[in-house]
Amino acid sequence: MGCRVKNPFIPHCMNTIIKDSNIEVVGAPAGIEGPGFFATSLDKVVGMARKNSLWPLPFATSCCGIEFMATMAAHYDMGRFGAERLSFSPRQADLLMVMGTIAKKMAPILRQVYTQMAEPRWVLSMGACASSGGIFDTYSVLQGIDRVIPVDVYVPGCPPRPEQVLDGILRIQDLVQNESIRRRKTPEYKAMLAQYGIE
Amino acid sequence: MEDILPVIEKKLRDAFGEDVVSAEMMRDFPVFTIKRDKIIDVVKYLYDDPELQFRFLTDLCGIHFPDNKGHELGVIYHLHNMRKNWRIRLRTFFALNDAVVPTLTTVFSTANWMERETYDFFGITFKGHPNLKRILNVDDLGGFPMLKEFPLEDPTRRDKDDKMFGR
Repeated sequence: MGCRVKNPFIPHCMNTIIKDSNIEVVGAPAGIEGPGFFATSLDKVVGMARKNSLWPLPFATSCCGIEFMATMAAHYDMGRFGAERLSFSPRQADLLMVMGTIAKKMAPILRQVYTQMAEPRWVLSMGACASSGGIFDTYSVLQGIDRVIPVDVYVPGCPPRPEQVLDGILRIQDLVQNESIRRRKTPEYKAMLAQYGIE
Repeated sequence: MEDILPVIEKKLRDAFGEDVVSAEMMRDFPVFTIKRDKIIDVVKYLYDDPELQFRFLTDLCGIHFPDNKGHELGVIYHLHNMRKNWRIRLRTFFALNDAVVPTLTTVFSTANWMERETYDFFGITFKGHPNLKRILNVDDLGGFPMLKEFPLEDPTRRDKDDKMFGR
């Protein structure tokens, strides 16, 4: 199907959009290309697919959750990075985003949510409270979620700006893209989980 | 509110005599200190009396004054007469090593969770309470955090150097 309309404001097919706009689509990973074939490693293809279709599970308990809502909304639009589909079921989620103060009574629940997620799974800790307990150095607050579950990326701030959250998502994407598909089966990974008492 | 203090005080003194330790205005609030053994009878009397009708338990909480030797701990009851919009406060004090109070759940069902909270934070035992266990804190907290000697900071932090905090 050819594109007959030249008006850039009325794009009539994908070719027009890609040619006439500055939207960056995800490029092919490094590989060997020839007429009719393209060869690359499975790691790279899987990494690319996972990276650009993260399903975050928002575990929002306080003000950081409000900031996260702004991050998801139209102005900052986390959907630009392929993570607009929030999953409220841990079974379907790839990325656990913990946002807000986690009381000690909440810790076992957070841990249960984490263990219910299927591998591969990543964890982003947003804000001072989730990362370290923040200002709540007290008997009732968990002093950082890394006391109960492993964390991949910490986003500092109280609360962090949406830009910082997006930066955290991009750092998660870097981890996801470059992760070997065998990593979750390695003894190192299992030993790391065992440290947290997670099977 | 000042005009209701003598009215209630007279009725309580007539009914309970020496068990009413004191009756006073604290700022703009009538406050009665009652002996521990009679506290439930007093609340029941205030509930049943046709003139007083204190039939709403606004709040129930504990308090800790470590310097009042022999009367370190207390329980405070806030009562409300909704018809006349009268509010009063009842207090009872006792020693830290004898922290047992009769339960108020026999008069007000809503005292159930309030007494559990008071037990959770002050370690005050409510005798006769149907389900006296922790309600807000984790079960293995190992202490009662609203007592003044309880360390406020999280004891599991290892990154705090006491030298940097001047202690």
